[in-house]
Amino acid sequence: MPDADRPARRAWRELTRSRLSVAALAALVALYLLAALAPFLAPYAEDRMDRARFYHPPQRLHWLNAAGRWAGGPFVYATTPTGPGAGYREDRARPLPIRFFVKGDRYRLFGLVPSDRHLFGVEPAGESVFLLGADGYGRDEWSRLLFGAQVSLTVGIVGIVISFTFGLLLGGLAGYYGGWVDALLMRLSELLLSIPGLYLLISLRAVFPASLSSRQAYLAIVAILAFIGWASLARVIRGMVLSLRTRDFVAAAEALGLPRWRVLTRHILPNTVSYVIVAATVAVPGYILAEVFLSFLGVGVQEPSASWGNMLNQARSLRALHDFPWLLAVPGVAIFVTVMAFNLLGDGLRDALDPRRASRRG
Amino acid sequence: MRSYVLKRILQTIPLLLGLVVLTFLLLQLAPGDFLNTLAQDPQISPATLDAMRHRFGLDRPWTVQMLLYLRNVILHFDLGQSFSHHRPVADVLRPALGNTLLLAGAAACVTWGLAVPLGVWAAARARGPADRVLSVAAFVTLSVPELLSGLLLLLFAARTGWFPIGGMRSLDWEQMAWGARVWDLLRHLALPALVAGLVPLAARFRQMRGSLLDVLHLDFVTAARAKGLGEGQVLFKHALRNALNPMITLFGYTLGSLVSGSFVAEVIFSWPGLGRITVEALLAQDPYLVMGAVLLAAVVLVAGNLAADLMLVAADPRIVDA
Repeated sequence: MPDADRPARRAWRELTRSRLSVAALAALVALYLLAALAPFLAPYAEDRMDRARFYHPPQRLHWLNAAGRWAGGPFVYATTPTGPGAGYREDRARPLPIRFFVKGDRYRLFGLVPSDRHLFGVEPAGESVFLLGADGYGRDEWSRLLFGAQVSLTVGIVGIVISFTFGLLLGGLAGYYGGWVDALLMRLSELLLSIPGLYLLISLRAVFPASLSSRQAYLAIVAILAFIGWASLARVIRGMVLSLRTRDFVAAAEALGLPRWRVLTRHILPNTVSYVIVAATVAVPGYILAEVFLSFLGVGVQEPSASWGNMLNQARSLRALHDFPWLLAVPGVAIFVTVMAFNLLGDGLRDALDPRRASRRG
Repeated sequence: MRSYVLKRILQTIPLLLGLVVLTFLLLQLAPGDFLNTLAQDPQISPATLDAMRHRFGLDRPWTVQMLLYLRNVILHFDLGQSFSHHRPVADVLRPALGNTLLLAGAAACVTWGLAVPLGVWAAARARGPADRVLSVAAFVTLSVPELLSGLLLLLFAARTGWFPIGGMRSLDWEQMAWGARVWDLLRHLALPALVAGLVPLAARFRQMRGSLLDVLHLDFVTAARAKGLGEGQVLFKHALRNALNPMITLFGYTLGSLVSGSFVAEVIFSWPGLGRITVEALLAQDPYLVMGAVLLAAVVLVAGNLAADLMLVAADPRIVDA
């Protein structure tokens, strides 16, 4: 069937017609690439501390040396503490050229390929480069931002995939089979939906032990999000299935003697796919923010592992907010850009997948 | 209509029962035999623990425990003992709920007080520069999580000193005159209310603008213009009245989200409300307080939805037939 991909291709054409959608899509691809290549792109491991340079401000990249001449590449000046507090002064006599493909902390790229090369760094070993500043333990914010993205950006996607699979199947079951299955599932979803989201999040977190390792916390958060998320989707899918099952093509499939499960999964549910794609895209930011909120409170991903939420936690004290604003700005901008990109992409997809809506808007 | 109202009220009873059962199950799932843990805490008297054990049958099978929990919660509003506050959970939650509703009410004032006039103003200048600026601002605002706007406003308060950086009252509240107390409370309310109200403000603004734009394209508006009415009269007397209808429906359904909308703002600005209590209870591993707060928040949501439905029927009895 050469025509099978036509709706998808038309939707793609519609989507790429909007410059904002393309920008959003490009931003998301870039963000996920940054996360995937984090150990290479980051000069340091996420838990690598430079205790002499806690709360170090972002360093300026220089291109011209002291004499005002081209230095042959970017460099930063080494810094020395100005006192017992977190104050630093550039040491103009000691430029530290940025070296590319330097050796540093060992890591495994994609969890497989062992390496110790990093895209950039400074030498000698005792010096550090903090392009986005350092936190209270002297850890590089840029490195932690990238490693944190591995957690914060995937938790939403994994959570969505699980909860939407459940929502789709349970909603389909309820709508197609009706009867007590329907009644039970709908009462259950009503129950979950009548607990305000963040309260439900906190109460489900209370079900898990207070201290979890980072890996356990990640799985716990995914489980919580999946448990919360299926209910609202299942209700919409149920409604769509109720109307779809009266259509002729369903009667035809049933008359052909197809098993009911197959009718549901092969003929009815595929008709909800454009709704599900849009709903999933729009729902991802909520999932990401749930992880950020839990980690911000200190009950999500644990130090020294990085997540955008526990990076924000470092900016929580008034002193940090006031004196070290990059602690708020670095994870804050990343979260804002991610949420915005998903929102824009969701809007674009809605227009692309629902031609009636798009034409009405125009 | 009366039968609809009755049916709608009766529907909430199994839902509320289900909520109590669910919170009980979550309490059971909470890790560890916390009574034993608590017995080692010198701050908690054995008498308190014995009382809890007796009231909730904690040494009996879980089916008995569930029935006791249901009875205690429903008949006596006894949600158990808060071990971190050394008081019954209900006593801790009562003032917190009041504080949350106060903050949520203030946030609703920010949201609706600004969204409706701004939406009308933008719709009247559709596709003009002011409309474009507002629409872009609304879209950007929708992508700013409360956690970020909250921390930014906290930074603002710390830098300028114009607003208190958290809490609900100044230290010298007791010595203040009546008027000064109101002023003090408003100053503490302002930033958390802004944080909680900002994202809904952007959403309601877009809806108000869209709703009015839809109406402005209808025939009766053209007719009103054709008979020579001024643009102001067309807008406010004819179009706006019809455009407000869906907004009133929407207002009803936001009643239920009153308790949840201020959660993040409470945490960031140390507002002593239900959300902050819940988070503190989680951190202090005080399970009865966590579940009590969650149950209360859910009850407020259910009650809010019920109130919204009943108000809608009162406003437009045709809904019953649909």
